[in-house]
Amino acid sequence: MAQLVLDVAGISKRYGDVEVLRDVSFQVGKGETVCVLGPSGSGKSTLLRCINWLERPDAGQIYLNGAQVGITGGGLVMGDRDLSRIRTRIGMVFQHFALWPHLTVLQNLMEAPVQVQKRDKAEVRDEALALLAKVGLSEKRDSFPAKLSGGQKQRVGIARALAMRPDLLLFDEPTSALDPELVGEVLVVMRDLARDGMTMVIVTHEMGFAREAATRVLFLDHGRAVETGSPERFFSNPETERARQFLQRYAGDAAGGRR
Amino acid sequence: MIHDFGIVWSERALLLSGFANTAILSALSAVVALLLGCILTPALMSKHQAVSGAARVFVDGMRCVPFLLLAYIVYYGLPSLGIRFDNWTSGLAALIIYNAAYMAEILRGAWVVQPREPIEAGVAFGFSEIKLFRRIILPPLLLSAGPVLGNQMIQIVKDSAFLTIIAIPELTHAASSIQSRHYVPFAAFITAVFLYWGLCLVIEAGVSSVGRVAEARR
Repeated sequence: MAQLVLDVAGISKRYGDVEVLRDVSFQVGKGETVCVLGPSGSGKSTLLRCINWLERPDAGQIYLNGAQVGITGGGLVMGDRDLSRIRTRIGMVFQHFALWPHLTVLQNLMEAPVQVQKRDKAEVRDEALALLAKVGLSEKRDSFPAKLSGGQKQRVGIARALAMRPDLLLFDEPTSALDPELVGEVLVVMRDLARDGMTMVIVTHEMGFAREAATRVLFLDHGRAVETGSPERFFSNPETERARQFLQRYAGDAAGGRR
Repeated sequence: MIHDFGIVWSERALLLSGFANTAILSALSAVVALLLGCILTPALMSKHQAVSGAARVFVDGMRCVPFLLLAYIVYYGLPSLGIRFDNWTSGLAALIIYNAAYMAEILRGAWVVQPREPIEAGVAFGFSEIKLFRRIILPPLLLSAGPVLGNQMIQIVKDSAFLTIIAIPELTHAASSIQSRHYVPFAAFITAVFLYWGLCLVIEAGVSSVGRVAEARR
């Protein structure tokens, strides 16, 4: 594996009596696109949210470029300041876009780099404009999020995450809230990022995308990492019965004309 | 009757200075109450129960006290504890703390119905604490709560009339002086009513311009 960017080691998480994640471990190398697949309720989103400590794991460690996330060198839980410094290196794209409604598209991209990373405003602006061009939304830079289509919102969401120059990009079901005809424009952008060597962890139900763009697939079931491997092997010849059933159901849905 | 209004007109200097004082009292206490409300709101929403509990007691307490009584307490009551303010300071302080509680409660109400994800995005992008509140949480709150906040500012204008009882020379006080000096109650008070109404129209105009800003973002 190339240089290790993310190392998730034995993460567990429970809400009350429900074990959402059980001892999940996986690693992501630089430039890899790892797609996290699994049935609803298998813990995919929780796993993603544990990586940047939006959810605090009950057990296990997470390392970003070798530095532990959430725990200080002294073994204590990090304060807001340390956590936010690490979070600025992990971009996140949300299912419901989560754009800031009071800011224009361009301001959405510039807000965190200028306010949190304290980078030079003019430089951030140039970079933000280039990112908007990259996702094909230059002409929308002065629009407010409410005036955009879902696909446009999500492309802004991706550009906003990239504006932080993150080491790692997390996607939480980025196309699940979109009308079917808008999914394609978002996947195109993600595929380009994968090709450009962005390091990404993507929770998705888009099997076609995972098969084609992922360097590796992680299959979760009932909070366990059941299977991991190359997409070719996972999709053509899954090792476990659970994965086989999961894929069959998706194939059935596709044949039935549903997503 | 026309003659009565003529008398009021002859006292216009007094009336206008009352009007100016009401405008100053209202504007100053609206701005400071809103600022304090903005500080109080995160306290109401705090995860620390001691903080949210203390803020809740203050807010609920203020909302249950009649304003007139609060003004009495600040001006007449506090001196017996050795705390003495002049009438202007007492009146302003009473208006401010009373309405800060309402402002905070209005903003809290707007906060709980905001979508969670944009705030979470703020956290994920490294915002925390004061900066998270000021840059990510508060602006949409102010936009969505604009009309209700405006309503509360109108309430402040009307509450300020109570301060006549601690001899602040505001508009009601001026109208009252004119009527007792010349015995023209109807003309004096109706004139004051129209002046209050004018002040409220200015606030309404402010609210609708906030509304236009919000509409562009909705």
